[in-house]
Amino acid sequence: MSKTHKDPHDKQDVQTTGHSWDGIEEYDNPMPRWWLYTFYATIVWGIGYTIAFPAWPMISGATSGLLGFSTRGDLVADLERAQAANAEINERLVSVALTEIPDDPDLNQYAVNKGAAVYRTFCSQCHGSGAAGVQAAGYPNLLDDDWLWGGTVEEIHYTISHGIRNEDDIDARYSEMPVYGEILSDEEIEQVAHYAYTLNGRDPLDADMAAAGEETFLYECAACHMEDGSGNSDLGAPALNDAIWLYGGDYETIVETVTYSRYGVMPPWQNRLTEADIAAVATYVHQLGGGVTEE
Amino acid sequence: MSTSEDTPPSLYAAREPIFPKRVSGRFRNLKWAIMVVTLGIYYVTPWLRWDRGPQLPDQAVLVDLANRRFFFFWIEIWPHEFYFVAGLLIMAGIGLFLFTSALGRVWCGYTCPQTVWTDLFILVERWIEGDRNARIRLLRQKWDARKVRLRVTKWITWMLIAVATGGAWVFYFSDAPTLFVDLFTLNAHAAAYTTVALLTATTFVFGGLMREQVCIYACPWPRIQAAMMDEDTITVAYRDWRGEPRGKHRKGAARAAATTHAADKTAFAMPEDEVQTQQQLGDCIDCNACVNVCPMGIDIRDGQQLECITCALCIDACDEVMDKIGKPRGLIGYMALTDEEHERSGQPRIPVWKHIFRARTIMYTALWAAVGVGLVVALFIRPDLSITVAPVRNPVYVTMSDGTIRNTYDVRLRNKYGEDRPYAISITSPAALVVEAEGSEDGTVIVPADSTKLQRVYVMAPPDSPAASRAVTDLTIWVQDTVSNERASKDTVFNGRAE
Ligand code: SF4
Ligand code: SF4
Repeated sequence: MSKTHKDPHDKQDVQTTGHSWDGIEEYDNPMPRWWLYTFYATIVWGIGYTIAFPAWPMISGATSGLLGFSTRGDLVADLERAQAANAEINERLVSVALTEIPDDPDLNQYAVNKGAAVYRTFCSQCHGSGAAGVQAAGYPNLLDDDWLWGGTVEEIHYTISHGIRNEDDIDARYSEMPVYGEILSDEEIEQVAHYAYTLNGRDPLDADMAAAGEETFLYECAACHMEDGSGNSDLGAPALNDAIWLYGGDYETIVETVTYSRYGVMPPWQNRLTEADIAAVATYVHQLGGGVTEE
Repeated sequence: MSTSEDTPPSLYAAREPIFPKRVSGRFRNLKWAIMVVTLGIYYVTPWLRWDRGPQLPDQAVLVDLANRRFFFFWIEIWPHEFYFVAGLLIMAGIGLFLFTSALGRVWCGYTCPQTVWTDLFILVERWIEGDRNARIRLLRQKWDARKVRLRVTKWITWMLIAVATGGAWVFYFSDAPTLFVDLFTLNAHAAAYTTVALLTATTFVFGGLMREQVCIYACPWPRIQAAMMDEDTITVAYRDWRGEPRGKHRKGAARAAATTHAADKTAFAMPEDEVQTQQQLGDCIDCNACVNVCPMGIDIRDGQQLECITCALCIDACDEVMDKIGKPRGLIGYMALTDEEHERSGQPRIPVWKHIFRARTIMYTALWAAVGVGLVVALFIRPDLSITVAPVRNPVYVTMSDGTIRNTYDVRLRNKYGEDRPYAISITSPAALVVEAEGSEDGTVIVPADSTKLQRVYVMAPPDSPAASRAVTDLTIWVQDTVSNERASKDTVFNGRAE
C-alpha cells in the first residue's frame, strides 16, 4: 500500500505538472476512478434530462420532452391548486353577509389580503396604489370618510359590481349634473361658485357675490346637493360642506365644475371578477380607514 | 505509477481498498467514548421534551421551518433574531479555528461526522467480516455462498444504520413522536421521505463506500485547515530520528551486540556484519502496525501528509508494539514541528502549554469568547415585547371630511407567549393627537399566541390644530401587554398639511 503513496521526502516517485512557482511544484496525481464514473453519470443524466424535459431547439420552438413539462403548465397547475385550496374559504366569503365578515377574524384576514391583491390588479390604475385617488383626474380617494355613492360595505360592493355612469351595466350608478354653462349666465355661475365656496365654513372670497349666489344655489343646486350642501349619496351628489373636494375646492375649479359639469365613470366589475373577488375587494376598501358602518 | 518518459501517466486511478486493523489503546478508547457521546446526542436530542405551555411545541430542540421558529430548550428564536444562529455559526467556526491551530486536525480525527460514521461502519464491517486479514482474504476470494452471506449481512446492517441516521435527522424538524408514527404509517410529508432517503444514501455511500475519499477529494475543510496551522500546532508525527534505520530486530541481537567486543566471538553464531546492522537499527521494527490500522491507508513514517486526519490510531498501534519489544512508547506521537527540530538537535521539548498558549490561539479564544459573551448578553436583554412601526407614506396623510388630518401606521406586534395576549395601543406626542386601532373600539387588539399581527393604527389631528397644519410632529407609539404590563415603544412622526 505504501508504495503507491508518494513520499514527500523522495520526490522521485511523484509525477508533477512541471510547473513551479517560487520552487513550489504541483503534483500531478491521477484522479480517482469513481470521479470519472460520476462524470460519465452526469453525461448520461444530461442526455436523459434533455429527452425528458424541453431542451433541443428546433426551427419553431423546442422539443417538448417526454414528461410534457412546461413552466407555463406548471404555473397553471399551481394556480389551480391554489384555487382549489381556497375554494372552501371563497365559498364562505360569498355566503356570509358582508357586514358579518369582520366578526370572523380568519375570514376577514383572508378577505382583506385577497381584496388587496384584487385592488392592486384592477383598481390601483385609477385610484392609486395607496388608494388615495387622483384629485386632478377626479378619481376619488378611498381612504377618507367621504363617499359619493355611500360608504357602507354593501354600497361599496354595489358600486364595484355595477360601476358608475357606464353603458355596459344597466344597473350602474347614474346621475348627471347639468352643464350650467348652457343654463346660467357667467355672472350667476360666479355668484353660485362664491356661495358654494363658503359652504364648508370658509370665509367668502367676495361676500357680496357669495350672498348673491345663495338664491341660485337654492334654486338650481339644493335639489341634489341639499340646502346645507351636505350632498345626497343616493344621487351621487357630493357633499359641498366638507373639507373634501373631488376635483378641487378652489374658486377657479368650482367655476369650472359648475360651467362644464363632471362626468366621472367607473366600469362594472361583476362580469370580470368573481363574486368572492368583489366581496373581498369591497371588504378591503371598506376597511381602508373611511368605511361607514350603519348602526 | 510509472514515471518513465514514454508511458504517459494514467489519468485516473482505482481506489485502493483499505482494511483498517483493530487496535486498542488510549486514543482508541477516547474515540469510542466520543463516538458514543456524539451519536448519542444526535439520536436522542429530538426525543427530549420541554414544556412551553399548551399552544407551543414541547420538543426541546425543534427547527420549525413551517412556522419559522427555532426552539432550543428555554430559548425560542424568531426569524428577526436570526443573528443568534449566525452568531452560533461564527462561534463554531472560530472554535474550529482555535482547535485546529492548537491541535491540528482534531476535528477530523475525533468528531467529524464523516469520521464518526466511518468508524462505526468499519466496526460493523469488522464484526461481520473479521479483522484486517480476514477482510483482505474475503476480498480476494471468489464469490461463494459465505462471501455473499457476509457481504449481504454487512450491507443490510449498514443500510439500517444509514436509515436510522437519515431518519433521526427529520425528527429535528417536526414533532418526533408524531413524525415517527407518521413515517411508518406512510402519513408523513413527501419532503420527510425524500430527506430520509437522501441522507440514507449519503450515509451509506460516505460511510460504507467512500470513506477516506471524502476527506481526500471532496471535503474543503482540510484545505482551509492548513491556513490555521503553524510550527507550534500539535499533530501526529513519527520520530524518524529515533526509529530509523528501520528493520526487523532479532532475538538476542542486543546481547550479541553487547558481547561483540568480548574475547569469545565464537560463542554466537551470528555473522559480524549482521551484528553490526542490528546495532545500528532504530526502534522501528518495520512491523507495519501503524500502516495497518490507518483508516486513511497511509504510512505516517513518510511524514506529515494531506491524507492524515490525526486520528492517533497509529500512535496506539505503535505504542503497543513498543511495549512488546520493551522500548519506550512514543515512536509515533503528538508533537509540533518545533519539537521535531528540538529533539533532533538534542534539546528538550517545548512544554505542551507553550505550544497551545500562543498569540494565535489566544486571539482565537478572545474572538470566540467575545462573540459568545455578546450572544449571551443579547439573549438576556432581548425584550419579550417588541414592535416595529412603518408609517404609511402612500399617501402621507388623508384629509377627512371634517378636516381632520389622519396618518396611518403599520404596527407589527409580536406575541412571544404561548397564549393569546391583549395589547393596548396608545401614543404620546407634544401635540393633541388621537389614536385609533383599525377594527378595535378601545384601542386594544388581541395577538394570537406565538405569532405576529400587522395592525393598522390611525393617528388623527383635529381640524385646524397645530399638528394638522405643521409639516412634522414628533410622535411615539406605545404598546402595552395588558397581562404582563410590559411596554414597548417606537418613535415616529406625524405628517400634517405643511401649509
Ligand atoms: S477531511 Fe473533512 S470529512 Fe474528513 S474528517 Fe476532516 S472535516 Fe471530516
Ligand atoms: S497516519 Fe495515523 S493519525 Fe494519520 S490518519 Fe493514519 S492512523 Fe490516523
